[in-house]
Amino acid sequence: MSGDKPGLFLRLKAGLNRTATSLGDGVSALFNKRKLDHAALEDLQDLLIAADLGPAVAARVTEKLAAERFDKEISEQEVRSALSDVVVDILAPVERPLRIDAEHRPHVVLVVGVNGTGKTTTIGKIAKGLRDQGKSVVLAAGDTFRAAAIEQLEIWGERAGAIVVRREVGADPAAVAYEGLERARAEAADVLLVDTAGRLQNKADLMDELAKVVRVLGKLDGTAPHDCLLVLDATTGQNALRQVEVFGEVCDVSGLAMTKLDGTARGGVLVAVAERFGLPVHFIGVGEGIDDLQPFGARDFARAVAGL
Amino acid sequence: MFDSLTGRLGEVFDKLTRRGALSEADVDAALREVRVALLEADVALPVARDFVAKVREQAVGEAVVKSVTPGQMVVKIVHDALVETLGSEATEINLNAVPPVPILMVGLQGSGKTTTTAKIAKRLQDRDKKKVLMASLDTRRPAAMEQLKILGEQAEVATLPIVEGQMPVDIAKRAIQAAKLQGFDAVLLDTAGRMHVDEALMAEVAAVRDAVQPAETLLVADSLTGQDAVNVAQQFNERLSLTGIALTRVDGDGRGGAALSMRAVTGCPIKLLGIGEKLDALEAFHPDRIAGRILGMGDVVGLVEKAAETIDQQDAEKLAKKVQKGQFDLNDLLDQLRQIGKMGGLDGLMAMLPGVGQMKKQMAQANIDPKLLKRQEAIIQSMTAKERTTPKLIHASRKKRIAAGSGTSVQDVNRLLKQFKQMSGMMKKVNKLGKKGLMRQGLPGMPGLPGAPGLPPPR
Ligand SMILES: Nc1nc2c(ncn2[C@@H]2O[C@H](COP(=O)(O)OP(=O)(O)OP(=O)(O)O)[C@@H](O)[C@H]2O)c(=O)[nH]1
Ligand SMILES: Nc1nc2c(ncn2[C@@H]2O[C@H](COP(=O)(O)OP(=O)(O)OP(=O)(O)O)[C@@H](O)[C@H]2O)c(=O)[nH]1
Ligand SMILES: [Mg+2]
Ligand SMILES: [Mg+2]
Repeated sequence: MSGDKPGLFLRLKAGLNRTATSLGDGVSALFNKRKLDHAALEDLQDLLIAADLGPAVAARVTEKLAAERFDKEISEQEVRSALSDVVVDILAPVERPLRIDAEHRPHVVLVVGVNGTGKTTTIGKIAKGLRDQGKSVVLAAGDTFRAAAIEQLEIWGERAGAIVVRREVGADPAAVAYEGLERARAEAADVLLVDTAGRLQNKADLMDELAKVVRVLGKLDGTAPHDCLLVLDATTGQNALRQVEVFGEVCDVSGLAMTKLDGTARGGVLVAVAERFGLPVHFIGVGEGIDDLQPFGARDFARAVAGL
Repeated sequence: MFDSLTGRLGEVFDKLTRRGALSEADVDAALREVRVALLEADVALPVARDFVAKVREQAVGEAVVKSVTPGQMVVKIVHDALVETLGSEATEINLNAVPPVPILMVGLQGSGKTTTTAKIAKRLQDRDKKKVLMASLDTRRPAAMEQLKILGEQAEVATLPIVEGQMPVDIAKRAIQAAKLQGFDAVLLDTAGRMHVDEALMAEVAAVRDAVQPAETLLVADSLTGQDAVNVAQQFNERLSLTGIALTRVDGDGRGGAALSMRAVTGCPIKLLGIGEKLDALEAFHPDRIAGRILGMGDVVGLVEKAAETIDQQDAEKLAKKVQKGQFDLNDLLDQLRQIGKMGGLDGLMAMLPGVGQMKKQMAQANIDPKLLKRQEAIIQSMTAKERTTPKLIHASRKKRIAAGSGTSVQDVNRLLKQFKQMSGMMKKVNKLGKKGLMRQGLPGMPGLPGAPGLPPPR
């Protein structure tokens, strides 16, 4: 979505490489001229688990390897590319950019997720990307709960060049979303991005609140929200599966973004998520800056995971 | 999603016990299950490995091999070892230094530093009667300083006036200076989130540490963290010599393996748990609770406390009286359904209960879906006041109306009425135990949670 400036790509690569090296190093330590026997497969499985793929997915990946090459001498390069192939198989179908439909005026994107994953920041980054493409953007400050959440979104709005619709602290988030949609229509804006407060998926009342936002948007435009973006944090472990499941039930999540891939967290749970839910992955976040957002690329992600 | 460790081990030992005495290899098989359970709970791989090795030494002993219930025996050994590793001593915030005592809060982006800073400040001020000043050294995140200022207002804790353009070290020095002059007991320093591999930012916070020599350097970390927990904890510890860990989002349904990982690699005590977004949602660390969660055995204490929190004592007594007099009606059932909803719904409750895995299976078999609560609420809401107090009135045409009004089917209405009848029956039985017996069970009506077969009562 945002222009492919070389600086950004390098930064992404640096981020993903860190992900890759730790896993990749493990693989190379294991498979330098080694037989792919039971012990080796078990070690490989551990390496994948250490990347947050989760025990089940890790087991399947190694099973595939075993089926093809059991008890053969296997080079490090072969292991990595086989590993990458399996991961690509899982991730390729979910590599899909966020598509803004010009038929919708505005195209409404509801952004949801648990606390602190990076929703507000990602909205700022997406808004910037859209503005760079010449689209007009309105942001709705639907987090009326957290201290200074509204101010935070306003600053992002300023940085990105987007209008921010806000109401007072404690206002009904659904009402803010509604107003945001009205305003976006009045401005004939291309896109409305609705920020929401972070919420843990096991809090029934907060999830109801979210369902209400969806309902109320639907009152003004029967087809809205057109996208519901769930923001996942790469440092999160297996709970991410639960997040996708429950948010999916409540607000019909249409796509994912994964943030904080610029640390050492490998975000491998995304592979498990993709395998189980098949939801499109639109973006990855690789830093705190406004340009630190990249379209998700299955091949890059998989190759990085495999250390290629 | 996760079968509890008990369930897993049950399966392993079921197979084994039929063959008679257990061998060392059998114990190994069981320990492999322990390992998988730990990994599923996000315990970091190296930590899980060490832990299993440690447990193995104890588990190969006679006790397990000869035990009639080897599965439970292993679980107990694992559980106790977990509690021991997590650290059983409760450690308070250390204020043993010349006031103003500096406390430095550090961690990854979005882990909950600012919120936890305000929670700790509020606690020191309200409970320990200390005079506390908070200062934000976060010069990067949009509105970060504003956030702490607002939290200070909410908690009625003083915050250092914001001066634009100052560097973190200078803000820290200014905070200490101001606190000295104004006679504060403690100064909490909130910092910007940073990645442990971000050299520039780690150097920045190390400089702050050198400048203020904090009595506490607390790592604020998300309890939902996965395998990366070891890297984060290790590197923050190496760089800053942490004195403790505060775990946030413990109110989530994560399994909390990160707690074990971080404790194991840093040796630092886990001092506090964040259990909500509000400023009083902070509590002391309970190793047994976290141990139970990691093993998928449920957070029974947490459940009972949550029940006590959500359920108004007076309401409970009123209900108990009604039950005693045999006056339990559909209004009361509606109340009960809402209480359960408030406690996080069936799913939330189940996450805290022991034997969750098994129960989920039972529920699936019995076709109970978690949205049931909402539907049942809707059904009762579509009844007239009279129908609610006298359910006998509800005949065919009324059922049709109620079904239509609540967007359900007559079958659903029938099912609810049948459950209500069963519940009333059970109430009468409970009643025979007398009021005391009922109150001791804590949650009147819970045993009759509509349609949940075999819901184990909180022990
Ligand atoms: N390193 C890094 N930090 C990020 C990334 N995305 C967001 N952040 C940081 O994560 C922190 C939380 O981001 P927010 O956007 O406030 O998260 P949120 O989900 O809106 O949080 P709540 O509204 O409180 O639930 C901030 O410090 C962001 O700068 C990323 O891709 N990389
Ligand atoms: N449910 C729950 N939410 C929490 C808890 N602690 C913090 N939060 C929420 O997590 C989000 C991030 O909290 P912050 O205090 O802003 O996190 P931070 O570490 O200061 O973030 P940065 O300064 O951006 O690095 C907010 O939405 C908080 O309300 C907790 O214990 N439980
Ligand atoms: Mg936000
Ligand atoms: Mg902060």
